[in-house]
Amino acid sequence: MYFDTIARLVSERIGCDVSTIKPESTFSELGIDSLDTVELLMNLEDEIGTEIELDEKVETIDDLDKFIQSKQG
Amino acid sequence: MLKGKVAVVTGGSRGIGRAIAEKFASLGADVAVVYAGNAEAAAEVCRVCSRKYGVKAKSYCCDVSDFEAVKETVTAVKEDFGTVHILVNNAGITRDGLAARMKEEDFDRVIAVNLKGAFHMIRHCSSMFIRNREGCIINITSVTGLMGNAGQCNYAASKAGLIGLTKTIARELAPRGVRCNAIAPGFIATDMTDNQSENPMLQMIPLGKMGEPGDVADAAAYLATARYVTGDVLRVDGGIAM
Repeated sequence: MYFDTIARLVSERIGCDVSTIKPESTFSELGIDSLDTVELLMNLEDEIGTEIELDEKVETIDDLDKFIQSKQG
Repeated sequence: MLKGKVAVVTGGSRGIGRAIAEKFASLGADVAVVYAGNAEAAAEVCRVCSRKYGVKAKSYCCDVSDFEAVKETVTAVKEDFGTVHILVNNAGITRDGLAARMKEEDFDRVIAVNLKGAFHMIRHCSSMFIRNREGCIINITSVTGLMGNAGQCNYAASKAGLIGLTKTIARELAPRGVRCNAIAPGFIATDMTDNQSENPMLQMIPLGKMGEPGDVADAAAYLATARYVTGDVLRVDGGIAM
């Protein structure tokens, strides 16, 4: 479960209150573009300590959370 | 001018790469010299950089066509130097021959080193540039990529590809303050152009002579500091491709 970490990193990036970020929030509605997503993944890698190869499309915070969980086994 | 900067130069042991490494060192940059074959030549470049200019310099043996090897090399550079500010993709080879008779392996190898090698370096350095909110990538292409050159379809294709790569990376990373430009040298007097002395195109150089590696190094120094220039292809060719 990486929702809290992702939500915190997103809130830091876009400068909003972390409580406004929901699992169903899409990156596009949060104003997170593809380059932002790359940077977000880099920061997540730092926190999680493993490399994340994003090889599928993620649209929501929950998509990303589930993707990382699936990669962590 | 480049004090406090860390520059990585591929193909840095001789020719244009060596001139760029030494030029950057002369401007105060620490330099990581990436080379494929000649360890002694690379070590000599590092000795010149550190003794003559007092900067940190270290050499790394790496086949840039190998994705994982590049990853390991960039990780080693990061450990040794802390980060990277300037990446010069200069490593290049030729395997000349007319297309009608060219072996597939000769085409593939030139693309692998000249074009994919640059991608591999950018791929593994870009996270540092993005985090740093600054970075400068200089890809050494060629006028051959602009004009074509009989007997060099593989080399020309790789160098034309580098121009597309340059402009795309410039667009992708501009929002993070990272610049990407290319230099298109013409005929520069190096080991690589030893076999070009009979090339009739030499007679077509408006400035009437071959260039020197230092001419390209001067252009690289300009691009390293030209903070409002990105996505450009700067010809250093005596006017041959104008």
